[in-house]
Amino acid sequence: MTAPILSLQSVSKTFFLAGREVRAVDDVSIDVAEGECLAIVGESGSGKSTLANMILGVYPPTAGTIAYRGTPLPARRELKHRRLIQFVQQNPLSALNPQRSVGVSLRLALDVHGIGKKSERRAEVGRLLEEVGLPASFMTRAPAALSGGQRQRVAIARALACRSEIVVLDEPTSALDVLVQARVLRLLQELRKARGLTYVFITHDLSVVRNIAERVAVFEKGRLVETGATGTIFSTPERPYTRRLIGAVPVVTDAEMALREQLTEEFTGERNESA
Amino acid sequence: MTSPTLRIDDLRLSFRTWRGLTEVLHGVSLHIRKGERVALVGESGSGKSVTARIVLGLLQELKSSRIDGVVEFEGRDLEKLSAAERHKLRGTKMSMIFQDPTTALNPVYTIGMQFREVLGRRVKGISQRQARDVATAALADVSIRDADRILASYPFQLSGGMNQRVMIAMALANEPSLLIADEPGTALDVTVQAQTLQLMRALVERHQTAVLFISHNLGVVREFADRVYVIYKGRIVEHGTAVGLFADPRHPYTRALMEAVPHITGGGIPEIDEESAAFSAPMAVHEGCAEPGASA
Repeated sequence: MTAPILSLQSVSKTFFLAGREVRAVDDVSIDVAEGECLAIVGESGSGKSTLANMILGVYPPTAGTIAYRGTPLPARRELKHRRLIQFVQQNPLSALNPQRSVGVSLRLALDVHGIGKKSERRAEVGRLLEEVGLPASFMTRAPAALSGGQRQRVAIARALACRSEIVVLDEPTSALDVLVQARVLRLLQELRKARGLTYVFITHDLSVVRNIAERVAVFEKGRLVETGATGTIFSTPERPYTRRLIGAVPVVTDAEMALREQLTEEFTGERNESA
Repeated sequence: MTSPTLRIDDLRLSFRTWRGLTEVLHGVSLHIRKGERVALVGESGSGKSVTARIVLGLLQELKSSRIDGVVEFEGRDLEKLSAAERHKLRGTKMSMIFQDPTTALNPVYTIGMQFREVLGRRVKGISQRQARDVATAALADVSIRDADRILASYPFQLSGGMNQRVMIAMALANEPSLLIADEPGTALDVTVQAQTLQLMRALVERHQTAVLFISHNLGVVREFADRVYVIYKGRIVEHGTAVGLFADPRHPYTRALMEAVPHITGGGIPEIDEESAAFSAPMAVHEGCAEPGASA
């Protein structure tokens, strides 16, 4: 059996804040299979972003290991490791250098990782832009001259420029309008298929998760409390916390309302039993 | 018949820029009756927040803005009021809740001091003790039991959800007849957002407060509002009751919005155009939802 593309074993992260110990991530073990989209959900402060930062190598775990295809990644990541795992964050405006044109930002990703021949990199930048649904002529534009959706497309192009295999997406569409969000989510799906990418998709928007992820990992106060196939998590969530998360999603159709009511009823029923 | 709490008729707004006039609102009409919860739904840049700012009288102070049309508050034309009279309305008869409670509250004053300032708008020179009593009662309304601790705290010492409740309590403390809520709770967790919306709903129902609810989130609107206006590029494109509009969205833009929302029952990410000529179709008005005073 081949090793999973990403494997976390007993990963913990402790921060020291004003003399107090804060366990942001507490003994988390999870495997991510190649080509899958794993959603990480939870309320703010549940450790989602700390986990993302450790996967990306921003800081090492306090304890535990993170392995890529069976080989543990070092605490200090080398360039080749950084190439494999890339990041798309919530706010593309702060992710892109405002002083640099879109083309220069993308070009830099190619230069740093030494992708392709120097003479071909300009053409590669144009190709990348087209891959994310933007005209190649956008390479001369500044981030400020783009809409929110276009900027996020550029940020996605940059994450793919170095031929990454795993992309960590931290709330990539929550700052976007619904129509734009739908388009960017579709793009992400298409890119994953075309390039065989693996996504770690961090969000608190469970309606997005339902439609884009194959598997869901639920985080509560730094702990991984429930994992499962997306369909199962939404139809028969085990933990009351998971039910509460699903039950709080604002919905637009009667069918969704019915699902939510059913989950909440089970939840309150259970609470009465235990009381 | 009594006049509605808020009536906006053919509101137009443009900004003078170095390139000439930029039109932002192209004749927006809406009304809210006493105790009604009315939502204004649209995407960023559609003109929903500027509409709220005109109602509050904040954009009028901007030299580069040009505003035409009628804004009536409890039957009084706001244009005919002096700046001082308008100032008197804010924070007393009309109040506002902002998207991000933590930035809306002043970080260098305690909640208690900020509360007293708000209450002082209605009762000049309110004593510290009186203010504390009223504030405690207002906080109890939003299910905050340990008012003493909260009033002694600074906003950064409280969670986002707690700050949001404090904001709601402050906004309703002077018993305004109109509450403007601009994307309340979008900066919060879904669970906290659901709780605060429930609280807010119960409170405005009890006080019979008229609410202008501004949001881009159709799900939240469905749960909160009685009536809905959909705004697109500075024009109202559809107006109906919440029940009617969600059961039968008639305008192509409203339909696109509804389709674009991912569902927790699944169904994948829909293929939707960001823009379409059909979005500029004429306004769709549901039965029984005409504007008051319209010659019909």
